[in-house]
Amino acid sequence: MNISIEDQLGLISFEVDKEKHIKVETSICRQCIDKPCLRFCPSKRFTLEKGEIVHNYEGCLECGSCKFACPKGAVDFSYPRGGYGVYYKYG
Amino acid sequence: MAEKFDVIIVGAGPGGCSAAYSLAKMGFSVLMVERGKYPGAKNVMGGRMYTYALNRLIPDFWKEAPVERKVTREKLTLLSNKSSVTLDFHDEELLEPPNSFTILRARFDQWFANKAVEAGATLVTNIRVDDLLWKDKKITGIVAGTDKLEANVVIAADGAVSLMVEKAGLKEFETKEFAIGMKEIIELPEKVIDDRFNLASEEGAAQLFIGQCTRQIPGGAFVYTNRNSLSLGIVVYINQLIESKVEAYELMREFNSNPAIAKLIAGGKIVEYSTHVIPEASRTGLFTDGLLVVGDAAGLIVNSGITLRGMDMAIASGMAAAEAVKIAMGKNDFSKKSLSHYEYLLKNDFVLADMRTFKRSPEFLQNTRLYSLYPELVCKLFHRLAVVKGPKRRLFNELLEETRGKRVRMVLDLIRGLRAL
Repeated sequence: MNISIEDQLGLISFEVDKEKHIKVETSICRQCIDKPCLRFCPSKRFTLEKGEIVHNYEGCLECGSCKFACPKGAVDFSYPRGGYGVYYKYG
Repeated sequence: MAEKFDVIIVGAGPGGCSAAYSLAKMGFSVLMVERGKYPGAKNVMGGRMYTYALNRLIPDFWKEAPVERKVTREKLTLLSNKSSVTLDFHDEELLEPPNSFTILRARFDQWFANKAVEAGATLVTNIRVDDLLWKDKKITGIVAGTDKLEANVVIAADGAVSLMVEKAGLKEFETKEFAIGMKEIIELPEKVIDDRFNLASEEGAAQLFIGQCTRQIPGGAFVYTNRNSLSLGIVVYINQLIESKVEAYELMREFNSNPAIAKLIAGGKIVEYSTHVIPEASRTGLFTDGLLVVGDAAGLIVNSGITLRGMDMAIASGMAAAEAVKIAMGKNDFSKKSLSHYEYLLKNDFVLADMRTFKRSPEFLQNTRLYSLYPELVCKLFHRLAVVKGPKRRLFNELLEETRGKRVRMVLDLIRGLRAL
């Protein structure tokens, strides 16, 4: 079974908010050589676009890894507003 | 709705529900606030709960709760590149009373929250608690949007990523203390699961894997059997994942196609993917003026390598929190000193006792040799025993050859292991 993360996220139910719940201070990311967020985020929400880190909050599973693992403290983590975000049917 | 409650509980997971149920039974006014669409909507766990704690609160709960299967087989598999060695443990004592059940949290947490509501607690969903309410440096309630709600005591039951603990100033987080878990639910017919795992109807298996499945990064993988699905996943320590330069999701993908796993999930259909951090060793303060912290929010997790426990610890801590609130209500004193009775209760119950017993375990479990040298070694030994391609030697000689130059470290690891686990 070989399934891409995009297909995995397609299986999950979301109530997408207009408001971003995670904010990334990209000026800090520019100083970060390793950029481990590209690897540790288990739903691959961090991408590199024209050399800049972009966080795609839609499809975020609110796991909290970026809050603890960003080595530069560039991630301002909060939860989506009540009722928004992921809702698991199995969990 | 009354503006002031005896207790407000943030989060309707097992810790929150256990506290809410206990407090409502004691006759206190309880408000439980959940940010998800329903209790369990945001919650992830491997898939198995030990019964011990909840059975004290709701005896024989499994007769009414939505449990999946009673775990009767415990398996541990050491994986190397091409081979695997599995220990398969079965004991009559796992059956009566049931030692653990596999469960699916979205269903289970809704049942548990409903028990609290039936007991008299008020549950509101779709509400995110933004902040704590303070008066004279004491916590006196919560803030949610424009609403301010007061309580004598607030119980932070908001999980591994507890914003309440942070707002209360109880703890600075450290990366090294967290692991990241990824999990899939794979649907398979009930009978197929029975056959593949050698199970009688309604009985279940819990299988842990160490070695190649995490590319030797400290952590492991698991498969739990639900009624007609498997919970399958990977857990790795975040800091060592970062050092390894491996991509987290790649581990999940590799696990699916590992020959040992591919056979178990063949013909199955993935119906959900979920992820969460796990506070493997990140104790926080347990109380302050007007606030108690339960479950994952307080880092109440025990990982002894074989048993990974969070949910039973959450439930037991919720019960202890309720007990501490009852005493504080009797004295009408909600100060830090009065609420410190909570810690006393946890120390005298298994929660903090077990945490103390296994306090060296997270450090020991981060030893990379556990995930590389040892699984490889055991697999190689069995390979030498099982494969016949020419003259054979005695096991002892094979062992000496395989461990050359590594024996001192192995003895030290054994001593450390015995002390930690």
